[in-house]
Amino acid sequence: MNTPTLLGLCAAVLIGLGLYGLIVSPHPLRKIMAFNVMGNGIFLVAAVIARRGAGAGMGGDPVPQALLITALVVAFAASALGVALVLRLFEETGSASLTAPDAAPRTPPSESEV
Amino acid sequence: MTLALTLALVGLLMALAIWTVVARDTFAAVTGFVPYGLLLTLAWLQLRAVDVAMTEAAIGAGLTGVLLIAAAARLRATETPAWAERPGLATRVLAAIVSAAVAAGIGACVLLLPDPAPSLAPAVVENIAATGVGNPITAVLMSFRAMDTLLEAIVLLLGLVGVWSLAPDRFWGGRPGPAPTEDPNSILGYLARVLPPIGIVVGVYILWVGADHPGGKFQGATVLAAMWLLVMMAGLSDAPAVDRRWVRIALAGGPGAFIAVGLLGSVIAGAFLGYPEAFAKPLIVVIEAALLPSLAVTLALLLTGPPSRKDSSE
Repeated sequence: MNTPTLLGLCAAVLIGLGLYGLIVSPHPLRKIMAFNVMGNGIFLVAAVIARRGAGAGMGGDPVPQALLITALVVAFAASALGVALVLRLFEETGSASLTAPDAAPRTPPSESEV
Repeated sequence: MTLALTLALVGLLMALAIWTVVARDTFAAVTGFVPYGLLLTLAWLQLRAVDVAMTEAAIGAGLTGVLLIAAAARLRATETPAWAERPGLATRVLAAIVSAAVAAGIGACVLLLPDPAPSLAPAVVENIAATGVGNPITAVLMSFRAMDTLLEAIVLLLGLVGVWSLAPDRFWGGRPGPAPTEDPNSILGYLARVLPPIGIVVGVYILWVGADHPGGKFQGATVLAAMWLLVMMAGLSDAPAVDRRWVRIALAGGPGAFIAVGLLGSVIAGAFLGYPEAFAKPLIVVIEAALLPSLAVTLALLLTGPPSRKDSSE
């Protein structure tokens, strides 16, 4: 088994782990982290495909590699937006629960929004 | 030898990923996530993707790590109630089965990838001379797939608009983050004075060298953003109020210049984002130089979050 295949299988496991965390973690911040693990796995598969496309004097196919840089930056922007949403939810409700408000105990908003 | 190293790397990556997903305490999970991101950098290197490795180290491990550490610290109080909402054993087993099936499916796809692998590398080699740059990644980002890079710069900006839109009305036009409290004798304050001059040179160098060697505007901009964040965290300078004109100009300048060069291309080269061959490299350098400050400001402000206090200087 060569290095790209091994890392490809590692990527498959990372995707599975991320998906599991995304489903079972009740805390939204943990869901964002699990989503990042899943994303890393997907990026790693893309990098394995890029490495297999090595040729013409290059260590890998530069087109998927360049798109991966784009993907990493966009994933960071999405995580930052997600974290900002969770923090705002916490400021508003005093909890970070994703359960419907009537099912979860909920403290009233500390400050009124005008 | 290489295979042994890869095996060790895969083992560590998986162990840290499992820790990140199953650890009970969120803060503990984040402390696993940061080294996990740094180890991923080694995986990119083993796959000969040096530019991606630099981006992962700067953004994936660095900025995302800071973002998660700050959020986990603020959400401490929500830990115990969230743990009580954990789904039952049946749900967890079902989720594990579904996730294992997905992982097995993707693993099978990895093993069944076509041989010989399809590749655009020969096409890049054939056409790279027309772009005037030597780094194939930069050629793809700034020329062959310039549209993706333009849209990415705009997505970052939209992300920041999304973060800012979460500000309560009463703080709109205010400053993000806590008010600066400087301790002149702290080691952080010392670092925030010593490191930025070096970091700024390194960031600009990474941008410049990216034309022909691994590097580029995203990695350079992240280093610059980190330097600014360090100065803000040490309390040496306050975060800017979000309605400042210079902030808006800095944010929109890079994508604006990118679009302007694109429109220029549709006039003189017959296609949006087309570059006339003689001017390809100067135009690419102009776009990258305009994007660098915009990306740095956008990344730093994405981390500082929505405005959360009134601007007291008014």
